Amino acid sequence: MMDNYFYKNRWIKKTLIGIPYFWLFVFILIPFIIILKISISESVLGTPPYKSLYQFLDHQVIQFNIHLENYQFLLSDVMYRYSLWQSIKIACISTFCCLLLAYPMAYYITRQEEYRQTRLLLLILVPFWTSFLLRVYAWIGILSPTGFLNGLLLKVGLISEPLVLLYTPGATIVGMVYCYLPFMILPLYASLNKFDPALLEAAADLGSKPSRAFWQITLPLSKPGIVGGCILVFIPSVGEFVIPELLGGNKTLMLGKVIWIEFFTNRDWPVASALAILMTLFLVVPVALLQRKQGT
Amino acid sequence: MKKNNTGILTVTLFGYAFLYIPLVILMIFSFNESKSVTLWSRFSTKWYHSLFHNEQLVSAFINSLKVALLSSTLSVSLGLLVSLVIVKFTKFFGRSIFKGLASAPIVMPEILLGFAFLMLFVFLEDSFGWPVSGSLTTITLAHTTVAIAYVTAILTAQLINVDQSLMEAALDLGASPVKAFFVITVPIIYPALLGAWLLAFVLSFDDVVIASFVSGPESTTLPIVIFSSIRLGLSPEINAFSTLLILVIACFIFVVSFLNQRQKNLFQSVQPLEEADVDVERLP
Repeated sequence: MMDNYFYKNRWIKKTLIGIPYFWLFVFILIPFIIILKISISESVLGTPPYKSLYQFLDHQVIQFNIHLENYQFLLSDVMYRYSLWQSIKIACISTFCCLLLAYPMAYYITRQEEYRQTRLLLLILVPFWTSFLLRVYAWIGILSPTGFLNGLLLKVGLISEPLVLLYTPGATIVGMVYCYLPFMILPLYASLNKFDPALLEAAADLGSKPSRAFWQITLPLSKPGIVGGCILVFIPSVGEFVIPELLGGNKTLMLGKVIWIEFFTNRDWPVASALAILMTLFLVVPVALLQRKQGT
Repeated sequence: MKKNNTGILTVTLFGYAFLYIPLVILMIFSFNESKSVTLWSRFSTKWYHSLFHNEQLVSAFINSLKVALLSSTLSVSLGLLVSLVIVKFTKFFGRSIFKGLASAPIVMPEILLGFAFLMLFVFLEDSFGWPVSGSLTTITLAHTTVAIAYVTAILTAQLINVDQSLMEAALDLGASPVKAFFVITVPIIYPALLGAWLLAFVLSFDDVVIASFVSGPESTTLPIVIFSSIRLGLSPEINAFSTLLILVIACFIFVVSFLNQRQKNLFQSVQPLEEADVDVERLP
């Protein structure tokens, strides 16, 4: 490549790399170093609401105040363990429901003429581009006791009094499936679209039933799409705040909400930081590594 | 096979109905005369009138627009630089950290990002006096950083596919590398640039969690206002706003995809994001 001379110039290379590197370093790496620092500080009343990690006692003596109790507190407290369990449970169920709904949809779309594929995908993207908050809001109107769904069921005569649908974990799951469905459909579509239908014909010629061909050929070949889609749905679901806040009510305590409460209501920055660190280490990093493995 | 296909068709129809029915109900009730958003009384457009006279909503809308325009433009410029570095320089110190940092926001829950940004801004203000906490600047910086990750994912996938021989031809004919980049590469990836810009714009315009952490009383954005009013109860005004937003965005998407015939349509500039998420350029 001729432009190598250009890109090999030391100063040009340094500037081109340096600018974005500096930005990413300041705005992504440093915040986590700060959180790590706060997470081992002791909580105090005041601004900022935590103790400095070290202080000068005399001229020469430095006292360190490393405080690991925040982590101990989080790991032993029942409420945090409950919210962790509920977050993982709700995120897993939502991801699975998304997969069940998205797989046939993606499969159907790939089997259409090309111009129809484009239109069908566009139809999936339109709700995705409209406001997330308003899509959650739409479900409040549907699920509330006087809402659309209860009204419909009462009119048909299936129920005699309104069901409690809103402010339940179930409502949270519906909201998550609704909001994150496009994240599942698009990667599935991308991987199913590369799939050669001749493989299925070959399987049929060799006497395999369609169902067996599906389990042995289609499904394994679409695995990258399945893993990719599940990650894209699971990660935002597990830390989700808006959906459990608006649809889940008090019964649905998820990690995102716990961080929110610790920070805004209790003003306990060290505990909120410790929670953020634990969440990054045990939920985000493993999934990111899984994804990396999948990518290579 | 035939029986199988009916099942798939049924689920697909159900899926599309599931995606659209809530939006349709939302839009219908924006024309309801009474304050209820669940019980229908009479047709009226009064909520649209009151929407434009709600000063808090209008000023928050203007704030959101400013932040979204600025952060999407910034993130596309920086994201283009990031993906150029990833594609052009295969060896430099800390390349995998660079790639990891660039894509990290995609795999992080918003609540973590919002909290992390706030801690950073508190620290920066204490140490350097800039940026002022809770201003539109902090929201813009946070949104730009998050959007860079998505922009990079889209543009890296596109830059890899640019035919190098075109670039070489331009250089042979005496163009400088900078000129060749702007005359050859940029026009080729232009639809992806547009798609990335739109995605960054929507991410910013739609964000409530990160903005709740880094905004202040003087700098509320539209989603924050909507979020707090939803928490207080349903209001047909919000339905009216949703209807307008959905219609504007839907029209916009259809017009853009129609005009963008050269690269088939807008979707393809969005699709590489998902492909990139799955198998090309994620973490190092």
